[in-house]
Amino acid sequence: MSDKHSTYVPKTGIERWFDARLPLPRLVHDSFIVYPVPRNLNYAYTFGGILTVMLASQIITGVVLAMHYAPDTGLAFNSVEKITRDVNSGWLLRSLHSNGASFFFIAVYLHICRGLYYGSYKAPREFLWVLGCTNLLLMMATAFIGYVLPWGQMSYWGATVITNFFTAIPLVGDWIQQLLLGGFAVGNPTLNRFFALHYLLPFMLAGVVTLHIWALHVVGQNNPTGVEVKSKTDVVDFTPYATVKDAVGIIVFLFFFAYFVFYLPNFLGHPDNYTVANPLKTPAHIVPEWYFLPFYAILRAITFNVGPVNSKLGGVLAMFGSIAVLFLVPWLDSSKVRSAVYRPWYRLFFWIFVADALFLGWLGSQPAEGAYVVMSQLATLYYFAFFIIVMPLLGLIETPRPLPHSITEAVLEKNKAKRRAPGPEIRHPSEGR
Amino acid sequence: MADLSEPESGSAEHTLPAEAPAAVEVDVSSVAPGMSLVVQWRGKPVVVRNRTEQEMKDGEAVNLAELKDPIARNANLPADAPATDANRTAPGKEAWIVMVQVCTHSGCIPVGQQGDFGGWLCPCHGSQYDSAGRVLKGPAPENMLVPAFQFISDTKIRIG
Repeated sequence: MSDKHSTYVPKTGIERWFDARLPLPRLVHDSFIVYPVPRNLNYAYTFGGILTVMLASQIITGVVLAMHYAPDTGLAFNSVEKITRDVNSGWLLRSLHSNGASFFFIAVYLHICRGLYYGSYKAPREFLWVLGCTNLLLMMATAFIGYVLPWGQMSYWGATVITNFFTAIPLVGDWIQQLLLGGFAVGNPTLNRFFALHYLLPFMLAGVVTLHIWALHVVGQNNPTGVEVKSKTDVVDFTPYATVKDAVGIIVFLFFFAYFVFYLPNFLGHPDNYTVANPLKTPAHIVPEWYFLPFYAILRAITFNVGPVNSKLGGVLAMFGSIAVLFLVPWLDSSKVRSAVYRPWYRLFFWIFVADALFLGWLGSQPAEGAYVVMSQLATLYYFAFFIIVMPLLGLIETPRPLPHSITEAVLEKNKAKRRAPGPEIRHPSEGR
Repeated sequence: MADLSEPESGSAEHTLPAEAPAAVEVDVSSVAPGMSLVVQWRGKPVVVRNRTEQEMKDGEAVNLAELKDPIARNANLPADAPATDANRTAPGKEAWIVMVQVCTHSGCIPVGQQGDFGGWLCPCHGSQYDSAGRVLKGPAPENMLVPAFQFISDTKIRIG
């Protein structure tokens, strides 16, 4: 699609003037108006738009919050309370920002699942996928650092526990930890640098998101059939088709978001974070925010030494490995067929993987003892086996269902089948246009 | 808990120079056997415990071969000193345990005189330490650190 010639024709004098100097209107016209998108995209394909809205929302609310926040260990906790109670609409800003982080992760996890289900990472979209994984990593770093800023007990001890795991790295571990903390323990220098980084990283994220969208517009969107676009009948214009569909997805998503922001503002938080940080007392039960729970469960699942790798380092390697393995997905999956729609076995393993990830999340919220540890180990085993064993092997042994020759054919087949079917005609929104 | 200096929440950071790497002097005259005191050094809690007779006996009875970490982790001794009960203390002051009360697993603060061994129990991931601060159970890889310290008089300890 990248070889497609621009169809933009500047109509007014001002447009011609800009087009000769900085062709921004041409870029917008080509990327978001006449840009061709597969005609069979379903609502799972609206999360990219949703994520863009969430990033913008987080940056805007974050910048205003930063105007009222004080990054000093003696002031931070109270300044956050002041935002909630005294600053005009501060309660709303803070609720939007803290719940926004959660909903950002809900959207990104669904976005990733969409990619895994429809095989959106396969050639030529490997780099698009890798950029997406980079975005996930940046999001995680930003969210973790941001959670420290309110300087509650969970902020402090979350930061302590996670930075402590860097000491597991041989030789340079202690040095890295002290560099992160700016001292021997989490303290004022930590809060200062975390605040600076929390302001920086979202803009880096915005930069990589731009690359992600650029890469998407070079290779074109994948679609539920996984079959590449072959002719003009396979595509529709971005505007109005995708624009309107994205808008519907965004509005529905914002309804859920708003429900939490206005009616359950603290539901996803932890009550211990309303206690100011105390370096001399650890909360009885340290848990990260919900979106880190699966990775926390993986971290804690490694309770045994493997050769020269002790359990502590092993846990850290497993946790980072659980993200790192995502980067390798394009080269781990050996199947020629992209979409799980035509891969019955892959579809089964995919849904087990989703259940496994949710199960890990639940395990991460439980104490690390007894049966929970064993279950975490089994769930961790499947998490890695899905990527390292199932993905490479399944492509070699699975017989995929016959693929349609084109997107158009798939859409027409579906409509024909529906017309033949008896009973009232019910159109499901996910069935496309 | 017998910690005498349990601070009001949040105040600790501002009553003591948390990041100062300098030494801290502690008056332990009021710490009777069976009592502990916690001071902040390098932003971390250091427990000073005057052990009971029973705790010392329990500490000496531990079989060194069963220890997860056979090294004393005592900054006042050579790096390879074995983790005997005496090596976890200062010569002539075997009743006193002075150590950084930070779990070597993930940096949480273990609770004193809890768990199966009458030592310290970490609330985060369940590591258990004996009365000399040596890890006996759980995911922690090392014994808790004994910092550089000395008795500058019978009732005063200098940490760091």
